[in-house]
Amino acid sequence: MIIHHPLLGPRDASEFVYLGAATLLDRPDPQTATPDDWHAYAYLRDNPAGPHRELWFHEGGDRSWLVVTRDTTTHEITDVALARDVALERRK
Amino acid sequence: MHDLTAITALGGAEARVDRHGGVTLAENSDLALSSVAARLGQEETCAENLTRLLGAAPPAPGKALLSDPLSAVWMGPDQWMIGADYQAHETLAQTCKDVLKSSASVTEQSDAWVCFDLSGAGIQMVMELLCNIDHRRMEPGDATRTSIHHLGCFVVCGEPDAFVRILGPRASAGSLHHALLTAMHSAL
Repeated sequence: MIIHHPLLGPRDASEFVYLGAATLLDRPDPQTATPDDWHAYAYLRDNPAGPHRELWFHEGGDRSWLVVTRDTTTHEITDVALARDVALERRK
Repeated sequence: MHDLTAITALGGAEARVDRHGGVTLAENSDLALSSVAARLGQEETCAENLTRLLGAAPPAPGKALLSDPLSAVWMGPDQWMIGADYQAHETLAQTCKDVLKSSASVTEQSDAWVCFDLSGAGIQMVMELLCNIDHRRMEPGDATRTSIHHLGCFVVCGEPDAFVRILGPRASAGSLHHALLTAMHSAL
């Protein structure tokens, strides 16, 4: 499996480690979050059969976090973005 | 005053040099390193300050600036590793901080890395055994981080099939040296 790093081009998947669903970027606001919000953030996942946005870490490379959109049934990767760009975009 | 004797990353009094099949593997103990990471919202100021420090724009992703007295390697978005001769720039981190001020976080890295210089015709065959980057397509000034012997290492191409610099974790200097030497004996 090849992951097309947005800055470094095609890289072998063995250089990456997988973390989980990209919803981990949406951490609830500690000032206002309820226990239910934290429960949902920590434990509840959609587990789709199809396109899935997930976090990958380029451990054997430039150590960047990526948001990878991968089809869980075919492993086809349709989009890769730097997680920092995704997070900064949301902050706007 | 203490009278301490400095040792190299491999533990010797002098930097180790190994030769095999026309390729020379040399430990480089005369390298000062500092990492520079732009602070949030200060990315442009940091790049401007770095340009003043380096005398050229900081390197783009996957690139290195091979220049004297200061060189630089791209490490990640808005992050660079600055290098220089240790004897002449022992206080490199302070030199960087004085120019970059609050636009970037600077950390001393000289004693965190081991530097090996591979030179001679045949290094491409050695690199092919060591890591999964396509070293034959690298051009002078290309630099990337990859895994060598399960260690995260920077590979900086100086001259295709003639000179490559490898920066690896200093605590694993012996393991990395073993891997490089074994690959030389296997490939050449």
